[in-house]
Amino acid sequence: MSLSREDVQHVAQLARLGMDDAELANMQEQLSSILGHIDVLNELDTDAIPPTAQVIALSNVWRTDEPRPSFSQETALQNAPAHYDGFFAVSAVLGGDEGGSA
Amino acid sequence: MSDLTLLTAAESRRALDAREISSVELTNAYLDRIDAVEPKIHSYLHVMTDIALAQAAAADTRIAAGDDVRDLTGVPVALKDILCTTDAPTTAASKILEGYVSPYDATVVAKLREQGAVFLGKTNTDEFAMGSSTENSAFGPTLNPWGENRVPGGSSGGSAAAVAAREAVISLGSDTGGSIRQPAGFCGIVGLKPTYGRVSRFGLLPFASSLDQIGPFTRTVEDTAIMLRSIAGQDRMDSTSAPIDVPSFTEKFGSDLKGIKIGVAKEYSVDGMETGVDAAMQAALKQLQDLGAELVEVSLPHTEYALATYYITAPAEASANLARYDGVRFGNRIEGDDLIDTYMRTRGQGFGPEVKRRIMLGTYALSSGYYDAYYVKAQKVRTLIKQDFDTAFETVDAIVAPTSPTVAFEMGSRTDDPYAMYLADVFTIPANMAGIPGISVPAGFSDGLPVGMQFFAKAFDESTLLGIAHAYEQAAGFYKELATV
Repeated sequence: MSLSREDVQHVAQLARLGMDDAELANMQEQLSSILGHIDVLNELDTDAIPPTAQVIALSNVWRTDEPRPSFSQETALQNAPAHYDGFFAVSAVLGGDEGGSA
Repeated sequence: MSDLTLLTAAESRRALDAREISSVELTNAYLDRIDAVEPKIHSYLHVMTDIALAQAAAADTRIAAGDDVRDLTGVPVALKDILCTTDAPTTAASKILEGYVSPYDATVVAKLREQGAVFLGKTNTDEFAMGSSTENSAFGPTLNPWGENRVPGGSSGGSAAAVAAREAVISLGSDTGGSIRQPAGFCGIVGLKPTYGRVSRFGLLPFASSLDQIGPFTRTVEDTAIMLRSIAGQDRMDSTSAPIDVPSFTEKFGSDLKGIKIGVAKEYSVDGMETGVDAAMQAALKQLQDLGAELVEVSLPHTEYALATYYITAPAEASANLARYDGVRFGNRIEGDDLIDTYMRTRGQGFGPEVKRRIMLGTYALSSGYYDAYYVKAQKVRTLIKQDFDTAFETVDAIVAPTSPTVAFEMGSRTDDPYAMYLADVFTIPANMAGIPGISVPAGFSDGLPVGMQFFAKAFDESTLLGIAHAYEQAAGFYKELATV
């Protein structure tokens, strides 16, 4: 399996990873090589095998839906790169100037 | 007493309870040792000197009053810097989290705090636990105390080197594909990956959530039992933690292995395996027989597919887990022209090369058109790998295998070839895929570097696993050999 430059750019966009041309070229070569090793799985006929997503014998785990103490707004914001009026601040998504920052 | 850092956790407990030493003395001995050897080893990203001394003083008060003295009250421990702590930074050795201080403790950290353990500091790791050598740390590599210019293994290389260099009595690491057992083997100490679900993962920065498990590094199997019972148990903050009782984990300790059947899998011998590792394994198998164990050949036919299965499953889960690092709620942000550009810059510059590689691989495996061919295919092969172990455990109590095909390799020797690095975990990955417990114990040396040997047991049968490991360790005696740093 080898990946094209366009494949790599597409995946980088999906993953929100900004990379320059040299990094993308390196990634293209390394991912193609790793996927080549992974192709060994195609030796196995798995049509009749059920998938395993996790290995523990638990299904749904429930708890009662009761309010409990949680972080204060201040604590929740303590690591935010920017906050404004008690909220996480990001640059405007829809245009305009309303998304301020602290 | 001469050098307090020579004591195990069990010996420290006895000395503390007998008032032969104080926790402050013990903690100072470790802080001095850290000062002396850190320039050569770099196990720690953050040493918690003031906090450790305050905790030690509090522990001494608790011991003097006889107030709820527990296994680890006053005992100095180190924590992999991927476990959240409220009183020290938690960075996962990533620039994207530089300076981050968690608003909550990981459950394992809270449990140790409640016991009155002393936190020496946060240890180095491959960035977000992705790697096999600790060379992927954004803050510089850790060195193996056993050999000049050798890696300590990874990803929990800082935690392994800290115990091997006696910069901590015990440390905690995390194991997603071998990240506890492989560095334990490389550093000549004991490392345990508990059964998936045995230990709460709450507050462990997630890498691959269906594989990750927290476990101890120690110099003896007895200390492993002590740490495991300190951190195990169901936790309402982790719905995958199992509602299963926590025993002492020493109840099967004995001096022989009569009546125990140990499986030897022929698939755990690969091309490129070091002759010194093979020789140590043969000697260890003989030792197990001398102890009365019956060795039984078993087959785990899908072993050779485990590495490829892992390098779909783990990156796929990682790509989703690491989506949270977007520079909005925590971590570093690099502003761009708009929100999407901010994400691209923050993540592109905040993550190192291996983390980006795995996010890319995982995103690709989950993307439209490739999901069935890669992700679902890997999940199906995972079923086969688990069935291999289920079948083997119908006839044996445990399985023995080398921990790694080689001893600790040289720094920089595998950094240019990601797949060569991945091969370091070829013998440890299957246990994560199956969710079963695995322990690496020292099994001799090859050219002066430690060889690790691992045992596997059935899910939640750590008592049998530790019983076998303890009997072997006491008979073989390699745990007495200490790195000279």
